[in-house]
Amino acid sequence: MRDRFVETTTALLAEDPRTALVLADISAAAFAPAARRHPDRVLNVGIREQLMLGVAGGLALTGLRPIVHSYAPFLVERAYEQIKLDLDHQDASAVLVSVGASYDRAAAGRTHLSPADVSLIDTLHGWTVHVPGHPDEVPALLRAAVAAEESAYLRLSTLSNGGPHGGDGALVVVRDAGPGAALLVAVGPTLDAALAATSGLPVTVAYTHRPHPFDTAGLRALVDREVILVEPYLAGTSARVVSAALTDRPHRLLALGVTREELRRYGSAEDHTRWHGLDASGLRRSITGFLSPALV
Amino acid sequence: MTTLATTTRVAEAAAPLDGRKPVGQLLERVRAGRQFTSNVLSTLDVLQVLYDRVLRITPATVDDPDRDRFLLSKGHAVAGYYALLAAKGFIPPDWLDDQGGPESRLGDHPDRTLIPGVEIGSGSLGHGLGLGVGTALGLRAQGLLEPRVYVLLGDAELDEGSNHEAIAYAGAVGLANLTAIVVDNFSATHGWPGGLATRFTANGWTAATVDGRDHTALHTALTGHHGHRPHLVVAVIEEGK
Repeated sequence: MRDRFVETTTALLAEDPRTALVLADISAAAFAPAARRHPDRVLNVGIREQLMLGVAGGLALTGLRPIVHSYAPFLVERAYEQIKLDLDHQDASAVLVSVGASYDRAAAGRTHLSPADVSLIDTLHGWTVHVPGHPDEVPALLRAAVAAEESAYLRLSTLSNGGPHGGDGALVVVRDAGPGAALLVAVGPTLDAALAATSGLPVTVAYTHRPHPFDTAGLRALVDREVILVEPYLAGTSARVVSAALTDRPHRLLALGVTREELRRYGSAEDHTRWHGLDASGLRRSITGFLSPALV
Repeated sequence: MTTLATTTRVAEAAAPLDGRKPVGQLLERVRAGRQFTSNVLSTLDVLQVLYDRVLRITPATVDDPDRDRFLLSKGHAVAGYYALLAAKGFIPPDWLDDQGGPESRLGDHPDRTLIPGVEIGSGSLGHGLGLGVGTALGLRAQGLLEPRVYVLLGDAELDEGSNHEAIAYAGAVGLANLTAIVVDNFSATHGWPGGLATRFTANGWTAATVDGRDHTALHTALTGHHGHRPHLVVAVIEEGK
């Protein structure tokens, strides 16, 4: 996904003189050709994330459209106040693009884990959040985000599904289990595991790469009674939105995702997927447990 | 604590700026019987010199891409700022009478979306200089070489580490259209041994340290940039003056 981001951003810098890129050393080498061509609009501030966001705010105030990029924990968590004040409070906007989603860099330890990023962005107003599930989804999402006026957060991961699912972020039914089935909404790269986990179960599976704003109209159209959320970041991040969308309907919600506990284990991203119960067998365990009372 | 009991200061400040409104009377309207802390008065002189003699901004050019930008980073220093904005015709003097009220556009910290001529909303310390660096970069990237970006900070505000990210980077890239102004009233809890200007000059800025009450010296310092580096003006406010 990072490669597609670099290609697309490099092209956008050449196509539109409003586009600017602000870096804090991460991915600077990959953007070196773009920096040579556009030295005034490719700005690497060094390892200074607060300044990276402040600069983005200032650029936006002069009418440019900044893309801001780093590892998720440094981009969103470290510089959260700058996002809140240097962008939102100034009525300025930017496109934030992270790599290092949740536990992509598991062997690096807690400092490089960022399961809370989408929750933090969710505390702000008017942001669009995209969590692409495949590298081929990235170019169109990035182009649309940069072309818009509002702020957006693109969360890129080393994990992905076997194939892309396009669309604008509205819920897309990938497997329809018919009337009365539970609805599972898989966000981004969780789709393949969710499909495998629910094989043979009365569960309709829908996909989205856009948890914010969540497609609540699509949700209401698809929900019968049971809703299962599978998100590749903190469990329950979108539960608030789903509950609010269904306040007038009796429903049950199971919100799966990354747990809050610090595991203090290294290993691979796949290991952490398993430890957080987000692999196919872990998801199936949680989902059958959730659906069993309804089946009795 | 200095208060407006030091009325001689206010009387001096009451001289009309541009023939429209005397700032002192407007400041009294903002004050509305409250006591001002010293930071209000320590900022007033530099604001007056900026708006009278340095900044190329008028109420008619608040949206002109070619205008100078003034960013008040120490957002608590609003009383003199609001009085000057009223004196210069950016805001109606009537706005001064209910600062912080439920219908007021003027808070205890300024909001750029509510006040014409205000470039940034500030209050949380340590945000203005980074925004100023980005503004200066954005102007340069668009070929706008005439406007200059001025950011006003306090010496205690420099405690915030975010400033030092901006100081180091602006110096490293020679951001020549940026001026930082630090009003130094010795309020930083742990001080700046060796002088706060050294934090800038060590990173390649030019710097001038002047008496923050001396309008001629302030004007010379505020226009003393050389065109190749970011520039610092330290406006020193000795206690009791």
